[in-house]
Amino acid sequence: MIVGITARAAGTDAPVEQRFGRAPYFVFVDTETGKAESIENPLVDAAGGVGPRAVQMFSEHGATVVITGQVGGNAAKALEVGGIKAYAYRGSGSVADALAQYTAGNLQPLPLA
Amino acid sequence: MKIAIASGKGGTGKSTVAANLACTLSRSREVVLVDCDVEEPNLHLFFPATTVDVPVTTPVPEIDPARCTLCGECGKFCRFGALSVLKDRVLVFPELCHSCGGCSLVCPQGAVREVPRTVGRVACSRPLPALVLISGVLNEGEVQAPAVIRAAKLLAEGHPLTLYDASPGIACPVIETLEGSDACILVTESTPFGLHDLRLAAEVVERVGIPAGVVINRSDGKDEETLDFCRERGLPVIMTIPFSREIAAVQNRGGLIAALLPGWEERFVALFEAVVKIAGVSP
Repeated sequence: MIVGITARAAGTDAPVEQRFGRAPYFVFVDTETGKAESIENPLVDAAGGVGPRAVQMFSEHGATVVITGQVGGNAAKALEVGGIKAYAYRGSGSVADALAQYTAGNLQPLPLA
Repeated sequence: MKIAIASGKGGTGKSTVAANLACTLSRSREVVLVDCDVEEPNLHLFFPATTVDVPVTTPVPEIDPARCTLCGECGKFCRFGALSVLKDRVLVFPELCHSCGGCSLVCPQGAVREVPRTVGRVACSRPLPALVLISGVLNEGEVQAPAVIRAAKLLAEGHPLTLYDASPGIACPVIETLEGSDACILVTESTPFGLHDLRLAAEVVERVGIPAGVVINRSDGKDEETLDFCRERGLPVIMTIPFSREIAAVQNRGGLIAALLPGWEERFVALFEAVVKIAGVSP
């Protein structure tokens, strides 16, 4: 399973970013192999419509779970239709910490509909 | 002849000037007044009448799932995020679409069809025997003001004398309104804010290439700074409306000073003559 986490920098040591579509980086972690891939988000300075476009990037990377602070209405709709589950991480820890919290079942799902 | 009324700053009296000018001119000829302030049109408050409404639509994409291979080209192309290409379908967000048509051009499968979507309406009426009022109305939550302005202006085409009342600001809706005008009346007021935004608006009309004149509204008689600016920029001051309780009282109950206060009809006739001179075309 691939989990996508919004982050302020590359790598699993980077702090989690609370914003979804305008997060500077997306870190995709394959939970089976433990491998992480960091993508610089080209939408950081985009004018608008970043939510659905970010969801499209998560979909392209095969992510089925997203961990972030919060998502907007259009992003929520795209996540729901795309079958991607979103979980809220409101702490100030790292990507690795968010992933550990998710694996331990400590994160609440974000309401999408 | 087409005359635009703009200002930069909101609340300077664009609609007051437009409505009084339209009312005055309609005594001697056919006039069409177009309310291009489509986010908050209010000229109809001066001219209540029954309207005939025409919907304004704009094209948005519709995906044919039988042809779509989910290649992702449309989603990559759309800079407004109106298309999300997901694992098993393309999700369209019509309210994010700016109707550029790019998605249908880049689709290699011909799977994108454009379908009309209503974003507003144009309300037409004849409140006075020789005055037609055409008001653009953008639906709440919509962004495509220029589409509604274009439709309103199109419905006014073919008339010999048209007045366009612009929205405040100097962005896309104002540019759309100015487009094709022979002259522009810039309405300002005797405040630092009025002058600040007059500078911006004057720059815009100059860039669009439309000759302009200035109306100073709510003048307290101390307009030196504005007059200096107009002199510097070669902008003639073609009318000054004083700050007066009498004018405010008429205005506040939705009345027209050209119809209700002595002397103002003549002043608006003179304003029109000044604009004709600025435009350099025959009215």
